[in-house]
Amino acid sequence: MSRVRVALFVTCLSDTLYPQTGRSVVTLLRRLDCEVSFPAGQTCCGQMHFNSGYRQAAARLARKFARDFAGYDAVVTPSPSCAGMIRDQFGILGVDAGARVYELSEFLVDVLGVVDVGAVFPHRVSYHPTCHSLRALRVGDRPLRLLGAVAGLELAELPAADSCCGFGGTFAIKNSAMSEAMLADKVAAVGSTRADVLCALDNSCLLQIGGGLSRAGSPVRVMHLADILAAR
Amino acid sequence: MSIPPGEGVVWLGSPPFPQAARQALGNSQLRANLRQATATIRDKRLRVTAELSDWEELRTAAAAIKDQAAAHLDRYLVQLEESVTRAGGVVHWARDASEANAIIGDLVEAAGVREVVKVKSMVTQEIGLNAALAARGIDAVETDLAELIVQLGDDRPSHILVPAIHRNRDEIRDLFAAKMSLHGRPAPAGLSSDPAALAEAARLHLRDKFLTAGVAVSGANFAIADTGTVVVVESEGNGRMCITLPPTLITIMGIEKVLPSFADLEVFLQLLPRSSTGERMNPYTSMWTGVTPGDGPQDFHLVLLDNGRTATLADPVGRQALACIRCSACLNVCPVYERAGGHAYGSVYPGPIGAVLTPQLIGVEHAATLPFASTLCGACYDACPVKINIPEVLTHLRARVVERERRAIPGPEAQVMAAAAMVFSSARLLRAVQWLAGRGGRLLARRGVIRRLPLAGRGWTGGRDLPVPPSRTFRAWWRRYGQREGGQ
Repeated sequence: MSRVRVALFVTCLSDTLYPQTGRSVVTLLRRLDCEVSFPAGQTCCGQMHFNSGYRQAAARLARKFARDFAGYDAVVTPSPSCAGMIRDQFGILGVDAGARVYELSEFLVDVLGVVDVGAVFPHRVSYHPTCHSLRALRVGDRPLRLLGAVAGLELAELPAADSCCGFGGTFAIKNSAMSEAMLADKVAAVGSTRADVLCALDNSCLLQIGGGLSRAGSPVRVMHLADILAAR
Repeated sequence: MSIPPGEGVVWLGSPPFPQAARQALGNSQLRANLRQATATIRDKRLRVTAELSDWEELRTAAAAIKDQAAAHLDRYLVQLEESVTRAGGVVHWARDASEANAIIGDLVEAAGVREVVKVKSMVTQEIGLNAALAARGIDAVETDLAELIVQLGDDRPSHILVPAIHRNRDEIRDLFAAKMSLHGRPAPAGLSSDPAALAEAARLHLRDKFLTAGVAVSGANFAIADTGTVVVVESEGNGRMCITLPPTLITIMGIEKVLPSFADLEVFLQLLPRSSTGERMNPYTSMWTGVTPGDGPQDFHLVLLDNGRTATLADPVGRQALACIRCSACLNVCPVYERAGGHAYGSVYPGPIGAVLTPQLIGVEHAATLPFASTLCGACYDACPVKINIPEVLTHLRARVVERERRAIPGPEAQVMAAAAMVFSSARLLRAVQWLAGRGGRLLARRGVIRRLPLAGRGWTGGRDLPVPPSRTFRAWWRRYGQREGGQ
């Protein structure tokens, strides 16, 4: 069987603030016998510009994405909101992404057909389903199935899991008081689980939740799903 | 003098959403009331919608019917006028709130009465009917329990379905005891805050009004083009009283409420109660077709209101907001509404639907912060029984706000966005900025995190920490190690 060839779209946020997540995706995919490329020209999918109303800039970035990833059969990204932007919003901007874009958990479960990736992570973990993973991509229980197969991992259910963490991109700045109120509830919910780690599929949400946990002096660490699945 | 479109939709002098929300967040009583009330309705709705195996098909059908009605609105409205007229009603057309208020005021005066009873209606809130009638010396009495609470408190509604959601029972008891006597039958002495006692006080107070009123004013949930039937859906029976007892009935509806045919109600009467109150069937569904000799009102008027709706219809993306059936499911699932309450939106239409409807009815420049009052979490779209893609309309309206502002002097945000777009235009530039940001970030770091950012970044670090950018970005790692197969 020929190896699956994929291009990694690491996202501007993970590239800059959470490079470990990109490395984990590479580790994981290679472990599952994929051939991973990183198109060097890639920058940002334009989601922030699109969601903030800056459509011309978003369209330029979308077209750049399409150029950067032209010729790849499959693109994998560790961000449901970026995957949703590329799949759903590029069309509104009149841009064809060209390649098929998968969020990581979709790619693992649907394309590679694996649930047990051979990870070992002996910690108590709570999972926050991000809004875009739930309601834009509809990844369903794929991430939970992946986490459930991790050796040593104990899942702790998060109360009111499907309520938004309050990030919302520039919403966090423009409506900072509201964003912080939503975050405070999420931080309290995470605290109630007595988990060591809060896991999600998107580092943008983890930037918010992690920032809130850190400010509250909580010992809970935030980790992207990829970072847990790459651990052994 | 030109009248602005969508007159009356917003309350003058309301602060922009972020400030209004900040104030509301400080009100712990309000937040507790809202959390309790929205959570209860939310859970009920989920239970009863899960019971129907064809719920998704019903939503799709409703969206298609509303789409059809909007696409041929001109035809259906004329057909509705013909049907109502044939059945003995009189149809009036109002371009805006002023015209509608004048029409209704004239009709009430012609009937020779100084007091009208009202069925709960969003559209009369929208046009400010009560104030307009009061200016002509006519008292408009709200007969829905929650609307009565709002009216007695000289307050504003804060929820489409439960307008007094911001009030708790003790506040209501105090209000009834203090205010009912000013408007008619006083509250019973020693009134308790038991919900049944409060409802009984309202029932006694209102009974006098129903029996003496000469004119009733209602809105409409639906109006059927092919038969001329008007439908009001309510829970308390007060609407049924208003619609059947007074000799004159005046109904006002937004032009988007028309449905092509009577059979369409099959879909909407399943969707509406389950979405709004979480009930399987609506308690009081009143339908009437013009005038029936010897039974009910003998004088029926239907006022068709535009007030910004035609302008909304002209926007191919935004027009889907006109499909709204005012169920308020989107309010109850919205994490922003749940914490801010309805008043923060500064409009009779609060919550996610208000954030897309209000700016369209009055012009985005008059409600420029509303399309941004959302994290785009998408809970509203999932809950909407007519499948209005609210996040899509929100981003569409954001683009309209930005486009308008772009033609003026670019503000600080526009400059930051332009700079960011330039940086992202080339990986080389991005690398340079990442290098700078990493340097700067590490300078600002204290004990492994950034607790205070300068300038606009304060909006972030006011309530959260920021991780310190690692010394090596992913792309730097990839250049050095990543291309080696097995490089881990």
